[in-house]
Amino acid sequence: MDIALLGQYLVNGLMLGLMYALVAVGFTLFFGVLDVIKFSHGDVLTVGAFTGFATWLAIKATIAIPWLQLAIVAVAAMLGMAVLGALIARFLILPLRAAPALNTLLITLMLGTVLRESVRLFFPDGSNPKPFPSLLPTTPFTYGLFTVRLDSVILFVAGLAMIAAVHLIINRSKLGLAIRAVAQDAETARTMGINFTFVILVTFAIGSALAAFAGVMNGLYYNEINFGMGLLLGVFGFSAAVVGGLGNIYGAILGGFLFAALQTIGAAALPFASAYKDVFALAVIIVLMTWRPTGLIAEKTSERV
Amino acid sequence: MPPPALASRLPAIGCVALATVYGVAFLAAESQAAVGALLALAAAAIALAARAGLLETVRASIGANPATFDVAAVTGVLAAAAWLHHQHFAILMMTTAMLLAVAALGLTVQFGFAGVVNFAGAAFLGIGCYTAAIVTKYTALPALLTLPLGGLAAALIGSILILPVLRTRGHYAALVTIAFGILFKTFLEVNDALGGPQGMQVKPIVLLGWNLSKPIHLGTFTVSFYFSYLLLALALLALCFVLVRRLERSWIGLSLDAIRLDEVASACYGLDIARWKVLAFTLGNVLAGCAGAVYGHVLGFIAPNNFTFADSLVLVSIVLLGGIGNVWGATVAAAFVVILPEKLQIIQEYRFALYAALVILILLFRPQGLLPRPLRAYLPGWTPKSP
Repeated sequence: MDIALLGQYLVNGLMLGLMYALVAVGFTLFFGVLDVIKFSHGDVLTVGAFTGFATWLAIKATIAIPWLQLAIVAVAAMLGMAVLGALIARFLILPLRAAPALNTLLITLMLGTVLRESVRLFFPDGSNPKPFPSLLPTTPFTYGLFTVRLDSVILFVAGLAMIAAVHLIINRSKLGLAIRAVAQDAETARTMGINFTFVILVTFAIGSALAAFAGVMNGLYYNEINFGMGLLLGVFGFSAAVVGGLGNIYGAILGGFLFAALQTIGAAALPFASAYKDVFALAVIIVLMTWRPTGLIAEKTSERV
Repeated sequence: MPPPALASRLPAIGCVALATVYGVAFLAAESQAAVGALLALAAAAIALAARAGLLETVRASIGANPATFDVAAVTGVLAAAAWLHHQHFAILMMTTAMLLAVAALGLTVQFGFAGVVNFAGAAFLGIGCYTAAIVTKYTALPALLTLPLGGLAAALIGSILILPVLRTRGHYAALVTIAFGILFKTFLEVNDALGGPQGMQVKPIVLLGWNLSKPIHLGTFTVSFYFSYLLLALALLALCFVLVRRLERSWIGLSLDAIRLDEVASACYGLDIARWKVLAFTLGNVLAGCAGAVYGHVLGFIAPNNFTFADSLVLVSIVLLGGIGNVWGATVAAAFVVILPEKLQIIQEYRFALYAALVILILLFRPQGLLPRPLRAYLPGWTPKSP
């Protein structure tokens, strides 16, 4: 295999890893505060990408500067999904706190289907893939045989900055302190005067905005979005979060890159390569879950319900 | 105990008779307006019956005479099928509903009895279908053998998942089965030996020179070419129904219920959790696989797109709509879920979203399902007092 191809695999793997990490951080945040898994997270990502796309369609005639367009697209997608995430938490997840954990699982799975199908049915011509505009400069950098496009670099840095920002919010701000307090012990946090519902809603908003960012990033990187994109990204992102240990942000980031590395190596090394890459990745999930049901980095509790 | 009087059986029989007449009218309704009117009529009738306390009478009658009710239900299906014998589409819908009911019974065993989640129901249905396709294409085995072979294949492939499902719980087990369901469909799409995205043809069942996919002629009297499959599906459904209900009432069902409700306590009382979970999981897959084999023959042509994750969720919706663990509920819900979008074409395109939304509403407002599972009756004739 030549160096150029290897470099392409490396860039691909890093971008995938970052997307998985963004999704996984969302899963880990939700699990941290409420001990729930929101299976509709991947589909929130899809809706975020389509919100961004719709925003672009609406503003492309009036605003000509790509940078400004991109900023508006990203902000619209993230704000929209933050609101959607908070609404989901308020009306579907919080009311089921007393019910068996299975009901939360089912309701979010079904919500994912509703979101996915709504995009397919109600977005104009939603059942076909949409070409996402490339709003970033695509100047290639060449180092010998190794080529990277500028937009990949910008996306990667922006994604890392996004994760760093969440990290700062969680660990350095008063809001983050409240989130961590709720995650540690909701009852005690309440007696200390923390507004439990507000913290939950904000956490879901942050996680969902991250998913929207990942969705826009996915669209910009592959220049294509479709209504089913979130299903696989959600499954892979959740697996990454589990591999890294749920409730642990560093674990989620590590899990995201680890999972992407596995997938990329699998696609590169397997003889029948790319056609079976999703089959391979899904099989890896099943094997990993069997081998280490608590993830590679152990979760804060060993309760598996 | 003396046999119950005829009077106590009448409400059950009347209920089945009404349902049969309604079903025939619904299946035969041509215009969308007629379908809509029939739906409104059913809703009004049920609301009125509930107000008049008739539903309780019927429920008590069914509870006291389960055998009468079963015989009446089979007779009802046969009567409806005989009335609609020449209408291919109506017979096909009834057949599909019964086969999906068998798969839903399988899920009921896994999900409703043992509490083992399975979000790959459509994949196990698909394993049955593809087994039927492969067996009829590459071997000279009698085609009726595809039925047990489909179940066997589903059990064998499902056994790959036994270890992951046993070692994980709740969300994690869900992830494993979701991953398997998507894996199955993706695998079919990229595997050329199984037809790739175009799918495979399934040859009809030929039994002693009698091709089940040919119309039956008796003199001038012609019966739809789906009719033989309807009889086969009805037989399969009846068999599985009896099996699942026997299982529910037996000490095995009691063990499964105990494990679902509290694993730690059951283990303390000496129940082998792994064994019962494996049994329930495998039995459920076998039912789905058998149903899938027949379904493959009925469809005649199968493609990966018949077995998507959304289809798996529809199967789960059937179980939830009917009331988790309620055997009759799953059967009725399967008929509802299959037939409604076919007749009411306005919702055909929206069916996945619609069922998902329905399940969300049910989980929020009526978590026990539309027809909640009745409390276990430990002795015949014993009616549990409602708490």
